[in-house]
Amino acid sequence: MTTLVIAEHDNKELKGATLNALAAATKIGADIDLLVMGVDCATVVTAAQNVSGVSRVLVADHGCYGEQLAENVALLVAELGVDYRHVLAPATTHGKNVMPRVAALLDVSQISEIIDVLSVDTFKRPIYAGNAIATVQSDDRVKVITVRCSSFDAVAQADSVSASVVVLPQQHDAGLSVFVSASLAVSDRPELTDAKVVISGGRGLQNGDNFSLIYAVADKLNAAVGASRAAVDAGFVPNDMQVGQTGKIVSPDLYIAVGISGAIQHLAGMKDSKVIVAINNDEEAPIFQIADYGLVADLFTALPELESVL
Amino acid sequence: MKIMVPVKRVVDHHVKARVKADGSGVELDNVKMALNPFCEIAVEQAIRLKESGEATEVVAVSVGDQKCQEQLRTALAMGADKAIHVEADNVSDSLLVAKLLAKLVEREKPRLLILGKQAIDSDNNQTGQMLAALTGMAQGTFASDIQIDAEQLTVTREIDGGLQTLRLTLPAVVTTDLRLNEPRYASLPNIMKAKRKPLEKITAGDLGVSLESKLKVLAVESPPERQAGIKVGSVGELVHKLKTEAKVI
Ligand SMILES: Cc1cc2nc3c(=O)[nH]c(=O)nc-3n(C[C@H](O)[C@H](O)[C@H](O)COP(=O)(O)OP(=O)(O)OC[C@H]3O[C@@H](n4cnc5c(N)ncnc54)[C@H](O)[C@@H]3O)c2cc1C
Ligand SMILES: Nc1ncnc2c1ncn2[C@@H]1O[C@H](COP(=O)(O)O)[C@@H](O)[C@H]1O
Repeated sequence: MTTLVIAEHDNKELKGATLNALAAATKIGADIDLLVMGVDCATVVTAAQNVSGVSRVLVADHGCYGEQLAENVALLVAELGVDYRHVLAPATTHGKNVMPRVAALLDVSQISEIIDVLSVDTFKRPIYAGNAIATVQSDDRVKVITVRCSSFDAVAQADSVSASVVVLPQQHDAGLSVFVSASLAVSDRPELTDAKVVISGGRGLQNGDNFSLIYAVADKLNAAVGASRAAVDAGFVPNDMQVGQTGKIVSPDLYIAVGISGAIQHLAGMKDSKVIVAINNDEEAPIFQIADYGLVADLFTALPELESVL
Repeated sequence: MKIMVPVKRVVDHHVKARVKADGSGVELDNVKMALNPFCEIAVEQAIRLKESGEATEVVAVSVGDQKCQEQLRTALAMGADKAIHVEADNVSDSLLVAKLLAKLVEREKPRLLILGKQAIDSDNNQTGQMLAALTGMAQGTFASDIQIDAEQLTVTREIDGGLQTLRLTLPAVVTTDLRLNEPRYASLPNIMKAKRKPLEKITAGDLGVSLESKLKVLAVESPPERQAGIKVGSVGELVHKLKTEAKVI
């Protein structure tokens, strides 16, 4: 019995989300193979070899996997998957894109965004924006699973190389899709999903320029910056900053919600944070019902003040 | 070009779901139901493609019990041309839904399928990708923009790091993200007109798909409730509490 975990990477760096998915795999208990699909991704492979708990690193380093297009990588994962009992990936947009395609090719159901492993076939996952937690059992011969990263503490990266490398010759090019371009956010701030402190702004910020007030506080706290859907829809900030049911799920030590009302869909993405602070000028705002510390104030005076006392 | 738009009936997004006392599921009695918001965006996109002359026909499909015909009527009122209701009781396993839809694709031969990225009840985010696999089509998930020319579709996707643009061979499957468009409201005359538009009903059996699922829901429980904390009187007090009481900064 072995578990296959799909590595999340950009051909240069192994992404932290992989370590959370590996934690879920560790809880399942079997040997773990970590699959790296990409092109010229040797540094990722070395990093993968150093991760604790990984027995083998499977490497498919071919041009057809360079952009990790779903149509191509799913063919490889499904081909390998028949020999495994579990196939796991982090529930990132990449994992969400690829894994259901893998599951259907294997003719099995998928279990999305597990938050706990109860046994080899039984898992917990949130439904209805996290307002209910379902315990689900799968009878499929291969269990295809995505893992909610914020629910599993990352496994450690060791100093010495321990896992062996298996080179895979298979080149699957479905010929259905072509990569055109990407526009990716560059920032020296911590990643939203890794940060110890997150400060998010909502519609209350009124425009994109005013987010500078949020960034100024974020700099003092070494915080990542997030946003509500309303702030993204209005074009204040880019889509990758959306926290919530249909955006990113975060669970930092400290989450500061500024000018955010606290809709069900937003809470779904941050209510597992350790400490929640809300700054809102409407004392009836629903966000206060889940905030540990609420400050009823105008954000345009509270944020500069906060920056100056930190 | 024919476009097929699978749509799901779900609990309205304003309603906070409540777990039943016996832990068997979520309370659905007397709860407001609606078209899944991502499906609304899918219907809107299909109609816009028809209005701009790129599509000739928009077919809405829903898998579910009799009541999902209400949501099909909503899709028709928004502007879909015809609807297909696939009668089935248990639609919580996206693989089964995808299998049923794949059979309909064989029959209807759409050139483009637009689905929501996620049903806000199951939060599965699976059906479109599975359908693409079963039909051997390309997939453009989490779309915030699509452009069509004769043989190809250019789709911009919302991904964790930002945006990604792909070119897909048609026929293809697209799943919608929130920024793709802002869905219209159906006007009263269009709601009336929708009542006379064709709505075909078939069963899973007609499509030759077994509805047996390998997934069992053993229990449904409420998540731990968070309690409201305290209100602080000033920024100074807030920072003091975060340092000395919560010890998070
Ligand atoms: C299918 C679907 C998916 C969704 N997914 C998500 C998701 O993933 N994430 C998400 O966030 N939302 C999501 N939403 C949207 C969600 O329902 C809310 O509409 C959204 O979260 C509201 O954003 P907001 O709190 O910034 O705006 P609003 O609800 O408008 O709240 C703005 C708040 O700012 C306060 N404010 C205004 N001015 C000031 C000031 N000067 N000082 C202090 N406070 C001020 C107001 O009192 C108010 O409480 C989704 C909705 C749907 C239908
Ligand atoms: N029962 C259903 N009938 C029709 N379409 C569905 C059904 N379930 C899911 N879908 C489609 O698949 C999308 C994603 O749903 P899911 O994979 O369940 O999160 C939805 O937005 C719909 O477009």
